[in-house]
Amino acid sequence: MSSARAGTTPWLLAAPGALLFTALVVVPLVLTLVLSFHVYDTASGVKDETTLSHYAIILSDSYFLNIFWRTLRLAALTTLICAMIGAPEAYILSRMREPWRSIFLLAIIGPLLVSVVVRAFGWSMLLGPTGLVNEAFRALGLGTVKILYTETAIVIALVHVMLPFMVIPVWTSLQKLDPMVEAAAWTLGASRLTALGRVVLPQVTMGLLSGSLVVFGLSASAFAIPALLGGRRLKMAATLVYDEYMHELNWPLGAAIAILVLVINLVIMLAYQRVVEARARRTLG
Amino acid sequence: MGFLTLDGLTKRYGEAAAVSDVTLSVAKGEFISLLGPSGCGKTTTLQMIAGLVEPSAGRITLDGRDITHEKPDRRGLGIVFQSYALFPHMTVAQNVSFGLEMRKVARPERETRVKQALALVQLAALADRYPRQLSGGQRQRVAVARALVIDPPVLLLDEPLSNLDAKLREEMQFELRGIQQRVGATTIMVTHDQSEALSMSDRVVVMEQGRIMQVDAPYRLYESPATPFISSFVGKMNRLHGVWRNSGFESAGRVLPCDGADLTEGAAAVLAIRPEKITLTSPGAGVLDGRVTARFFLGSAWFFTIETDAGLIGVSLPNAGEEPAREGDPVGLDWSKSSAKAAKPEGAQPA
Repeated sequence: MSSARAGTTPWLLAAPGALLFTALVVVPLVLTLVLSFHVYDTASGVKDETTLSHYAIILSDSYFLNIFWRTLRLAALTTLICAMIGAPEAYILSRMREPWRSIFLLAIIGPLLVSVVVRAFGWSMLLGPTGLVNEAFRALGLGTVKILYTETAIVIALVHVMLPFMVIPVWTSLQKLDPMVEAAAWTLGASRLTALGRVVLPQVTMGLLSGSLVVFGLSASAFAIPALLGGRRLKMAATLVYDEYMHELNWPLGAAIAILVLVINLVIMLAYQRVVEARARRTLG
Repeated sequence: MGFLTLDGLTKRYGEAAAVSDVTLSVAKGEFISLLGPSGCGKTTTLQMIAGLVEPSAGRITLDGRDITHEKPDRRGLGIVFQSYALFPHMTVAQNVSFGLEMRKVARPERETRVKQALALVQLAALADRYPRQLSGGQRQRVAVARALVIDPPVLLLDEPLSNLDAKLREEMQFELRGIQQRVGATTIMVTHDQSEALSMSDRVVVMEQGRIMQVDAPYRLYESPATPFISSFVGKMNRLHGVWRNSGFESAGRVLPCDGADLTEGAAAVLAIRPEKITLTSPGAGVLDGRVTARFFLGSAWFFTIETDAGLIGVSLPNAGEEPAREGDPVGLDWSKSSAKAAKPEGAQPA
């Protein structure tokens, strides 16, 4: 009796989470996958026949491929910039004394409490042709620069939104570091910069890895920022899916795009994690 | 003029002084221990020598060169940290090699010197392991090798043995001292463990509340501690309260043999005697009688607590292979005049 119970207890304990996950993630995903194989007819809508034509269209049309490429490129660029700003930011944060540390940590996390839509509108006001940034450029005699509705605007806003997701994991892994290890590098003749590069950075690889994965994943599937700051012409994957569903009403094609984005994202992230984690695990254990 | 000198070295944190007015001259090749309870400023002193803490006042010179405000990476000192602070993402050999790389030593020479350093600490076989694959004692050796490979003018050890278990700690004491004597490195070690300080050092610096209380060879420190604090911090000390009368120490109606100095007739006095200077006799045959209240077997010695008219007295006897007095037995205590010293009580105003 008790051994039977011991066997079922873990399953029972895992059941609520598993059910929630199934209902909210697995079922919609499977439905989307099924939908992506259905035939679509502009006159009569979704039909019961199945086809692979949506995938064929997407993979052969340069319009879709361009948008995929832009999505990956901007997500990768955002991840890179976030790592370059976020890692030093986390280091500075870890070196701060109380109460400054708490205050600045709050300043970093605080923006997460404001809706992405609101922040995107904020950027569009700043970056527009008559926005603060261009007013400043004009005052300096640099003339007007088109920023809004370009990839630059999308990346700027994405970096702003994603930065906390990079700072926090790096900061967490810095917390676990023995500060004396860095001091040891100094006493052995390493300059501050060398000590950072050779001793501190390799030890926060895991934090950088998890931060990068989150930032890349969220950036590649971002919707509000490309929709509001990229304009009608500069589409990214998520805005493309939205258009297929809501404007073209071609749900099967939209579903196929969504599935493809998911698969590409998954492949990239798993490969990346494999490479970096294998390296870090070997040395850090 | 010593090889390494500290002159009026002071570190203040706001109002509080962690280290005040530490002056010390260390000769080349000497092994010095900074000994004191936690919070006495010994680690801060070491970190100021290492360049990790900026002194508030005072001067540090190394071989005649003023290094008070020099950056830690320019001082070239070898430091073994309490946590060892090994680089976890580098192998043992890479850890040891790091200091040489920073000094731009060519690869062939680097490899030879790393090999030599690892051979010195008997770790040649583990060169390709990562720190997490090593035991505490092995990590400690890596830290020593990493500090020594750069041929530092001064080796600084920050509680190097405190993270090891008791048996390993004892072994490493002798080994560390042996290595230091072989390479002849001037060494400063911070420790709170008096037996470590006594067994390893040429001279011991006792610190209390940020100040140096006494600097002496281990033997002299033990035999003639400058203050009551040192006498009880270094080794064990019995302290009997009494009165100085007729040029003798009197307690509970008995005159006890001792040397006394600087005492006034009829004034309160304290007699200090180490447990191992006392022998046990049959009752009535010694200078004082008492009864055994507790007995501890320590392997090489027995330790007794004995209740006497003058108070509780600790006695340590070498283990002679036979069972000595038991709890409750009446015994006599005896000691020679020169092994006990009488002095003014702690905190008394000088006359």
